[in-house]
Amino acid sequence: MPLTDSNSVGLVSPVKIRFSEPFTLACGHILPEYDLMIETYGTLNADKSNAVLICHALSGNQHAAGFYEGDEKPGWWDAYIGPGKAIDTTVFYVVAVNNIGGCHGSTGPTSINPNTGKPWGSDFPPLRVRDWVHTQAKLADHLGIQQWAAVVGGSLGGMQAMRWALEYPERLRHCVVIASAMQLTAQNIAFNQTAREAIMSDPEFKGGHYLSHNTLPESGLSVARMIGHITYLSDNGMGEKFGRELRSGSFEQGSDIPVEFQIESYLRYQGSKFSKAFDANTYILMTRALDYFDLAREYHGDPVEAFKHAQCDFAVMAFDSDWRFAPERSREIATALLHADKNVFYAEIESPYGHDAFLVPNQPRYEALFSSYMQKVASTCA
Amino acid sequence: MRIDQKIIENWIKPNARVLDLGCGDGSLLSHLTRTKNIRGYGLEISEQGILACVQKGINVLEQNLDGGLNNFADQSFDTVIMSQVLQTMHYPDKVLAEMMRVGREAIVTFPNFGHWRARWHLAVGGKMPVSDLLPYEWYNTPNIHFCTFKDFEVLCKQLNFQVIDRQVAAETAPGKWLHPLRPNLFGETAIYRIRG
Repeated sequence: MPLTDSNSVGLVSPVKIRFSEPFTLACGHILPEYDLMIETYGTLNADKSNAVLICHALSGNQHAAGFYEGDEKPGWWDAYIGPGKAIDTTVFYVVAVNNIGGCHGSTGPTSINPNTGKPWGSDFPPLRVRDWVHTQAKLADHLGIQQWAAVVGGSLGGMQAMRWALEYPERLRHCVVIASAMQLTAQNIAFNQTAREAIMSDPEFKGGHYLSHNTLPESGLSVARMIGHITYLSDNGMGEKFGRELRSGSFEQGSDIPVEFQIESYLRYQGSKFSKAFDANTYILMTRALDYFDLAREYHGDPVEAFKHAQCDFAVMAFDSDWRFAPERSREIATALLHADKNVFYAEIESPYGHDAFLVPNQPRYEALFSSYMQKVASTCA
Repeated sequence: MRIDQKIIENWIKPNARVLDLGCGDGSLLSHLTRTKNIRGYGLEISEQGILACVQKGINVLEQNLDGGLNNFADQSFDTVIMSQVLQTMHYPDKVLAEMMRVGREAIVTFPNFGHWRARWHLAVGGKMPVSDLLPYEWYNTPNIHFCTFKDFEVLCKQLNFQVIDRQVAAETAPGKWLHPLRPNLFGETAIYRIRG
């Protein structure tokens, strides 16, 4: 176990919770039963008023903070969850969940389809953000949490947090939406489709039933991840980190040693690592849920009308170099909330890290705003 | 509490929906929430200002006023306030027009460049005025569009805005006593209430 600083939640392990009641998905399919893999940090107080739900983004999971036994790297949001951190685990009881359709222990395409006895694969029913919100509500029931102090999420996680505010207005007091959007732009859907095409055109994909064929579409998923990764960084950020540095070879006259740029090698490494740790069907399914999301669809396409159903207060943050979920998308959220007469703050944070900025540590302004808001949230916990 | 903010308070109706352009640390909105039970929102670009608003629990959106208010619906506020910010705007006339579109009423306060000390500085010293009230040099001041009371009223007329109330504040001698006689000469701060 690596040396952990005093503001880490330390060693953690996930817990699987079985839900045996049938669950009807937005698409009409019924899951006869399902599992949710979760992690919790901190202690639930006596009146259960200090619970915070963490909603993960596209490739996230329940491991948001702390370390697994033997791991060098902490959970994906360890920079912002822990003792004394923005989401202070000495104050809050933090619940992080792997959504259904995921590939980290919750029911998803790698689970066994009870009808066939084989992995679901691409037969796993399509999911929408609201399916995650409804299963998270079942989880809250299970944990005895009637009302979250806050539901918090970045990117796709922010979409879940907003959907929570509309679907269960009385079940959260605060909604924290970071680097998110009320709907994806055409460009965003285009990137997702290109990533899906990369996966599906891999011969090893086998129409999504690679597990039954004992294969893995590693090269396709790797390219999908590379595409995504490029769009999560900013041009300047990438330039500063990699520039035109070479990893091998040279441009010397008379030399024919193949040239490889640092960025090529970095992307290949990231793609390859991801393709071994993540399920391709889950990637397809989650990018589709992203594409389908439209916060105001059933409210006549009017976000102001949509947000009028919310009862909680909102924090909205965006990053100036994020071109995948541009600040303009967050400003739309904030302005709609203002017109819906909701309490809201919106900040556009300067950062070189693009869309990934919401995960990156050591950003003083982000930390100050996030912490200050969460301290406000804490003051509402008995 | 600045004297202009006291006057603003008197012009705000209880329970009004108020937008404060350039709300700073949110102290005016916070005060009006306590005394008039307003629904307040502020726009601000300063990092410290926004953080202070979050800490106070004041609604604030990070937005540069020079980019306009095109994300705000017509007549969506009872009162739109701009306190000591107009002179920093790139296009004061356009901002005023936007304020009248978004609000049923606007309250604008600004430092009077026609104040005798400013005139004295320029007329006798031959240099741009630097004072306690306007502590910047010409090359580093955020105040790029100064005007006098008279200038402002001319602009309101051109834009077809109706001045429904005007107050003049002066906190130092001799303007404290003399401003009722010659507001454009002795008034330090102008506080206008206008309608479209």
